[in-house]
Amino acid sequence: MDQATSLAAVALNDVAITFGPKVGGYTAVSGIDLSVRPGEFVAIVGPTGSGKSTILNAAAGLLKPSQGKVRIFGNDLAGLNLRSGYLFQQEALMPWKTALDNVAVALEPKGVSRSEALQRARDWLTRVGLKAFVDRYPHMLSGGQRKRVALAQVLIRDPEILLMDEPFGPLDAQTRQIMGNLLLSLWAADRKAVMFVTHDLEEAIALADRVVLLSAGPAARIIGDFPVPLPRPRDIAEVRMEPTFHHIHKEIWASLRVEVQKAYAQGEGT
Amino acid sequence: MPRLKLTVLQIGVGLIFLMLWHVLTVYPISGTPKQVQFFFSTPLDVLKRCWTLFASGEIWRHLWITLVETILAFLFGAGGGIIFGFLFARKELLAAVFDPYIKAANALPRVVLAPIFALWFGLGIWSKVALGFTLVFFIVFFNVYQGVREVSPVVLSNARMLGMNERQLLRHVYWPSALTWVFSSLHTSVGFALVGAVVGEYLGSSAGLGYKIHEAESVFDVTGVFAGMLILSVFVILIDMLVTMIENRFLVWRPQTSLAAQT
Repeated sequence: MDQATSLAAVALNDVAITFGPKVGGYTAVSGIDLSVRPGEFVAIVGPTGSGKSTILNAAAGLLKPSQGKVRIFGNDLAGLNLRSGYLFQQEALMPWKTALDNVAVALEPKGVSRSEALQRARDWLTRVGLKAFVDRYPHMLSGGQRKRVALAQVLIRDPEILLMDEPFGPLDAQTRQIMGNLLLSLWAADRKAVMFVTHDLEEAIALADRVVLLSAGPAARIIGDFPVPLPRPRDIAEVRMEPTFHHIHKEIWASLRVEVQKAYAQGEGT
Repeated sequence: MPRLKLTVLQIGVGLIFLMLWHVLTVYPISGTPKQVQFFFSTPLDVLKRCWTLFASGEIWRHLWITLVETILAFLFGAGGGIIFGFLFARKELLAAVFDPYIKAANALPRVVLAPIFALWFGLGIWSKVALGFTLVFFIVFFNVYQGVREVSPVVLSNARMLGMNERQLLRHVYWPSALTWVFSSLHTSVGFALVGAVVGEYLGSSAGLGYKIHEAESVFDVTGVFAGMLILSVFVILIDMLVTMIENRFLVWRPQTSLAAQT
């Protein structure tokens, strides 16, 4: 266990996160043990309110665990996890900057010169298919295009870990597939460690090497850890036709369904 | 509504108003014209007076002074508002301690300050600039304060996750966000700068549009008062058009609909 923890890109040891007062506060997650190896794509799935994003925020250093430890490449995490890139579910681009500036500005903290940053931002926007849209402001782009800009903004920094919080949640089904394939092709180039949060089980299986299942909240725990032995490279749409896919889906869904029902029952109670 | 039709209607309303004014003051309908004209003047007289003011070149000096006062009041007020707005929004304690005093100062009707400022800064332009400053400062201050505090938490978290330090956050996130709010209140604050200048002139000065109106009023020269008001209105509209141009230039990144959101 310790060996595995020290090798892991992200390791959470017995992490619990409580909001509000220590006693009587709301415990979102507890007893979380999770490690992500370098180059591994891990999807975290769970019903609404199961604290998926909370775990991600702990790995990003945006939230401090009330209990337990977060280690990044074997080092205790203090403050923000700047070795990671975070792709948010909500709109996170600076609306007052063009697509190009939004991406280029990500290199400023690294001390890259402005002209080089602009050059590299152009390259990245081309790679995400937005060559013709570099001078647009976010409000002039579609939801999918904005996500592409956000993806370029995160990846241009070349983070060792990618944290993604339902990044394609607000997009329509076709755009989600295209974005999923784009993500996989970009990821295949240099295999970063990925923590991908989603409530969409199919998306999780199609993308990940491993699917981690959370129970319903409060005090959600990890109740399953399923390897996904599907070959790569994958096509998001086609991989869903494979028998192995159905097999895994059936297996995970059996557990997930119980938790989803619990979550619903609680939702109706309040 | 088509633009042309709208323009025709807008001009129509103005013309009807002027016609009514003309008819009621020139023909003996509501009393003898001489008497009525003493109180209400006539549109043609007012236009004639405006023409003489411009033709003789007398008005230019006054317009210039009012303009200078307005610009200075706006620049100082906006500058002070931005600096203090930023400072208070970033330092919770400062904001909490000064909160009642800011509110008290803002609650004060500025007109009562005019004589004090005249005493402190003399009857020249600086007492008017000071009056305009007190009006502009608070508008800009509150807007910047709001703008900095209401930065989208997601945009902020994202910028921090990109590794930005406090200085970079200020430059790329807080400042542009605050600037949006400053611009959205630009019409109001420029308007108030002008109000400060004119009211200051009105209450004690030897030049400016406010002075011209006051001068005419003190000898019951109603035509002069209306002429001054007309020039002032056109002046305000011109400045407002200029502000709109500046605004469109700086807020290109905003979706058009939200431009209407003003304080």
